Amino acid sequence: MTGQPGPSAPGRRDFLRAGLALVILPPVQDSLSGRGDLGTVRDPSALGRPLTPTDPAENAAEIQAIELKLACNCGCTLDVFTCRTTDFSCTYSPRLHREVLALRNQGLSAQQVLDAFVSRYGEKALMAPKPKGFNLAGYLLPGVAITTAGAALTWLISRRRAVAAAAGPSAAAPEVQASDEELARLQRALDEVDD
Amino acid sequence: MTLLGQFALWAAFLIALWCIVIAFSGRWQGRPELAATVTRSVYVIFGCLVVASLALWKGLITHDFNIEYVAAYTSRNLPPYYIVSAFWAGQKGSLLFWAVVLSLFASLAQLLTPRRNADLMPYVAGVTSAVAAFFVSVMLFGASPFERLGYTPADGRGLNPQLQNVGMVIHPPMLYLGYISITIPFAFAIAALLSRRLDTGWIHAIRKWTLVSWLFLSIGITLGMWWAYVELGWGGYWAWDPVENASFLPWLTMTAFLHSVMIQEKRGMLKRWNLGLIVGTFLLSIFGTFITRSGVIASVHSFTQSNVGYFFLAFLVVAAVLSFTLLYTRWPLLEADVQLESMLSREAAFLFNNLLLVGIAFSVLWGTLFPILSEAVRGSKITVGPPFFNRVNVPLGLLLLALTGIGPLIAWRKASTANLRRQFVAPLTAGVATLVVLLAAGVRDLYPVMTFTLAGFVAGTVLQEFYRGIRARRRMHGESVPVAFLRLIERNRRRYGGYIVHVGVLIYFVAFAGMAFKVEREATLKPGESVELRSPFGHTYTFTQVGISQYEALNRVVSAATVQVSVDGKPAGLLTSEKRQHVDSFKRPTFEPSTEVGIRSGLREDLYLVFAGAVGGTEEAVYRFNINPLVWWVWFGGFVLAFGGIVTMWPGGGPTIARARPVQGGYGVSLVGAGKEAER
Repeated sequence: MTGQPGPSAPGRRDFLRAGLALVILPPVQDSLSGRGDLGTVRDPSALGRPLTPTDPAENAAEIQAIELKLACNCGCTLDVFTCRTTDFSCTYSPRLHREVLALRNQGLSAQQVLDAFVSRYGEKALMAPKPKGFNLAGYLLPGVAITTAGAALTWLISRRRAVAAAAGPSAAAPEVQASDEELARLQRALDEVDD
Repeated sequence: MTLLGQFALWAAFLIALWCIVIAFSGRWQGRPELAATVTRSVYVIFGCLVVASLALWKGLITHDFNIEYVAAYTSRNLPPYYIVSAFWAGQKGSLLFWAVVLSLFASLAQLLTPRRNADLMPYVAGVTSAVAAFFVSVMLFGASPFERLGYTPADGRGLNPQLQNVGMVIHPPMLYLGYISITIPFAFAIAALLSRRLDTGWIHAIRKWTLVSWLFLSIGITLGMWWAYVELGWGGYWAWDPVENASFLPWLTMTAFLHSVMIQEKRGMLKRWNLGLIVGTFLLSIFGTFITRSGVIASVHSFTQSNVGYFFLAFLVVAAVLSFTLLYTRWPLLEADVQLESMLSREAAFLFNNLLLVGIAFSVLWGTLFPILSEAVRGSKITVGPPFFNRVNVPLGLLLLALTGIGPLIAWRKASTANLRRQFVAPLTAGVATLVVLLAAGVRDLYPVMTFTLAGFVAGTVLQEFYRGIRARRRMHGESVPVAFLRLIERNRRRYGGYIVHVGVLIYFVAFAGMAFKVEREATLKPGESVELRSPFGHTYTFTQVGISQYEALNRVVSAATVQVSVDGKPAGLLTSEKRQHVDSFKRPTFEPSTEVGIRSGLREDLYLVFAGAVGGTEEAVYRFNINPLVWWVWFGGFVLAFGGIVTMWPGGGPTIARARPVQGGYGVSLVGAGKEAER
């Protein structure tokens, strides 16, 4: 024996590498062997709520369009379509989806379905309030405020300019005599340093 | 360690109170020798909060589940990086994180501020210590991260699955850094008001701090969008959620300030407005914190409802009353040096840019609070979701995008007709050309067409500015194009960094408009079955169910559903979405199963796969398929924006180094014999 460690003996660096790997590398994924016949999963409980197959007719564009305008009331702040196809623990949005289907099967138009939801659940059933009555304040106030402020600003500036013009030329702006060419050169130079 | 942590919090609180008293009384009594004590107190507060943070981290790392916070947000099998991020994952820990970062920024402000502003620093220390004292008091009297349980659980509950994402490791700190650093410009503004030193000196002192805040907030918001996109699974990245809105509000007012501060520096105007913006931005950051932590408005992002919301509401009211009262008392000292001379000037363009930015902030705030207001007025609840915000804000956003292109084209003071013609021809041509291409391609949707057209116009503006700058350098110095390009940016980082930021903004707008064309569909597939979706770019994607596999990972059981993707009939690989059932170290389920979406990201469009669940425990899977156009460009736009911000704030940079200088009074030139005046 020479006292040299064999090729398989772990050294301090190996331990350091292993330690670093524990911290840095993603966890190793241990595959579980399947159970039962082909086509079944080993642990259905890990998949969450069991689902039923979706019917293409249930997901028609007009159904989707209606559900995008209806708010889910589970507290998710999403619309019915997005919630039921995102939060699969939500029990509200699938129920609201079935209500939409039922109302459509009764022959109601999209607007009538929305109106039926409002009469059942109140205006909070809609993703956005109807633009009428007090809600108009919600829709119009920002635009009105900005327009008013813009108009006031324009008026104020024009008024000040008029007052300044009446008071005569500014003493702080001594006039310099220059030719067209000199002015053009000055303009270009200013463009280059201007920020 | 919890005793040490609690002791450190008390020490920080008492020293902060001491610092406030000494900072203000020392200045008022005319005792400058106390300034050194004040500065040291700021450093000691930071030290105390570092000790408290280390105490909490030790509890997290050693799995001390007797600490309520550790048991609530970690478990033995939680990956190490999420144990680190658990520090700010919950209400109590994030308060400590906020306090320690604030004290770090307060210390840096004391350390890095040039001596010429030394007379402001005691007041700055007083204000930052007051804010720090408030946050520490919330922990001491409302939500202590060191609270112990009456028993020790064998394992903790673990971290919410949606927070087990790399985005949540870096997104909240970035957002917090943005929120918290706003305190420093606010402290300088209050110091300037208190000391009546209302020249442009304090503006120079805070400009970079404001840029730092703006940069962190920009990165934080973009990372938040990315996290929402990859983790929440609803298929988008911005839902006008109250907490998202709360982060957007101070960003808008800060962006307004970064534009209007140029007018104060160059022309000595808008002093009152700028102070109001800084105060308003700080108050909005506290308002955002109130929204996030009070539970007063429903949000998927908020912390659990608790009584700390009342602390923030009280602090918000007190801070608003004191700040605006102080501003009112100094009102006469904030007279503008010169008046605006023309509506056709860059100052006027910046004014309207500010009006729009603040108007959008008001609009977002109004929409966020409208459900509460409506309930108070009418007694009935309403939902104010994305359709409302889009309807109100998209037109305002488009106006803002137009001004992004118009502002840099107009001369300071007063633009002549010749100047306007010379400046606008190329950008307008770019905009019109974009419009023609869009119409020829059959795009008819109003808002996307307007967005792309305006983006073409803004791109034309930025390109023209770079082109003229490079041409001038080549003429003056004989440099090659690449050298001239780099030197142009290097010599005027503020101006050209700003243009890079504008490019980032226009990329954002284009990417946002892309989502108007998204395609989504739900389908149930047995192994071997397929579904087809046609993308807005004309490709046909076929998704064929492969199957579902299950395996155990460190702290979860994973059910992975995989589909084969083909584009226009050609195989394009596999896409997998997962259901994750998280478990503790005893294999007990800890949360409801969560969904991990599968994303295949491309320059044109993203394929977005959501595995809803299985039918009857078989491999028949229910999916939602999304084709989301131009999403990659949102992240790229964020990168460009952040890069531009870094260029703008990078030290040095030739003629635009911030320094105290007299305000330009302007000059006039009379043409000999021409009888007209051209002014700049």
